[in-house]
Amino acid sequence: MNASAEDHIVYRLRPGWRLQWEEAQGRYVLLYPEGMVQLNDSAGAILSHLDGQRDVAALIDALSQQYPEVPADALGHDVREFLTDASQQGWIYHD
Amino acid sequence: MTDLAQPSAARPDVGDMGTGAPLWMLAELTYRCPLQCSYCSNPLDFAAYRDELTTEEWIETMRQARAMGAVQLGFSGGEPLVRRDLETLVQEARQMGFYTNLITSAQGLDETRIEALRDAGLDHIQISLQAGDPEIAAAVAGSPKAHARKLAMARAVKAAGYPMVLNVVLHRHNIDDLDAIIALCDDLGADAVELANCQIYGWAHLNREGLLPSREQLEIAEATTARWRERLAEKGRDMRLLFVVPDYYAERPKACMGGWGSIFLTVAPDGAVLPCHSARMLPMDFPNVRDQPLESIWYDSPEFNRFRGDAWMPSPCRECDERHTDFGGCRCQAYLLTGDPTATDPVCELSPDHHLIEAVRDQAAADHRQAVALTPRNVHESRVFCRE
Repeated sequence: MNASAEDHIVYRLRPGWRLQWEEAQGRYVLLYPEGMVQLNDSAGAILSHLDGQRDVAALIDALSQQYPEVPADALGHDVREFLTDASQQGWIYHD
Repeated sequence: MTDLAQPSAARPDVGDMGTGAPLWMLAELTYRCPLQCSYCSNPLDFAAYRDELTTEEWIETMRQARAMGAVQLGFSGGEPLVRRDLETLVQEARQMGFYTNLITSAQGLDETRIEALRDAGLDHIQISLQAGDPEIAAAVAGSPKAHARKLAMARAVKAAGYPMVLNVVLHRHNIDDLDAIIALCDDLGADAVELANCQIYGWAHLNREGLLPSREQLEIAEATTARWRERLAEKGRDMRLLFVVPDYYAERPKACMGGWGSIFLTVAPDGAVLPCHSARMLPMDFPNVRDQPLESIWYDSPEFNRFRGDAWMPSPCRECDERHTDFGGCRCQAYLLTGDPTATDPVCELSPDHHLIEAVRDQAAADHRQAVALTPRNVHESRVFCRE
């Protein structure tokens, strides 16, 4: 896995937004004022590990343990890409 | 709501005709309101409905909606703060797992109540502004004091850590002032601003001549909005501007509510269940949560099934490639303009009734400075429309 400066960033959900498992839809959704993003499995899995404590490296570690069958390099790459994208969309932020 | 309107492959396939769950419930807790906005979306005869659902009935209704899969909940009205059990309802809804939105004029709000609502778990407060200019705001709302309260409460909501969405209904008396309106929202620290041109239903239909802007006014307002988007981006300010065009000037009819009985339901103060908050004007008797479980209303009632799918559609919708995109447009608009709720929305250029829209646009273009008396939305005026 490639270490980078990004690894120490702690991402959080945008204030007022909420991640929630919706049994009726069989997936995680991101709830915000008067709206909802319906997340696919991997996006839901990644965001469900954001706890305001874990940095990117710890997040990737946690996901690697949850999905041992996924090659670590590929998983790390996908997670970083998703976090960058989610950050640009304004779903998550860091200090 | 936009994201909710996206088609979802994983929508649970239950009930007749593959109807999905209602994801959004609007709880109109009361028709009572201290303001008198002449574009109010409440029915003209709102004064006829005084028998509001009790706290227990609301809790049971929310429980049923949540069990069906609803997840976004709006508390609206009238003015929902008039209900003294609002905090109780918010707390119950939040515990059920709803994302709770309060849609308010801020009349009846103060720091103590904001704190109580936050303790109850309220997720979001949306405040409406009538104008940037206090005098116009007072004239529109029929209250000289409301504007100052709104500004103070917008600041208090922001200070309490809420994401702040401001909603400004635009019409011919405030749209020319848009630059100052957006500047005010920026100053208040809004995270998002809905610049929602008033749609011509209910009280706004009654006051159409006095409310609909001219195309020129609308184009200037769109240019102002575009300029503000650039300015906000330049200074790195994250305040989203959502500009909603009036249907009368839209190029295509809107996919009203994402389709009739598709993702959205409104529960009116007396428990009537509607596919949108304007639908009560239609010549239909809508079912009531006091008589029937919400699940059978949503999936089985003739009213909710009436405009689902495309079998009900007249020509030209029936042959149109866009019939699954716009669902024939808005049923209320069709009814108000043609007297037939099954007609193609006259907003559509292909509608045989499109000339009705063009005639109104021409009228609006004539002289936008002309002062036309607006009928205020209040109990006295409403009684004229009540059928006992």
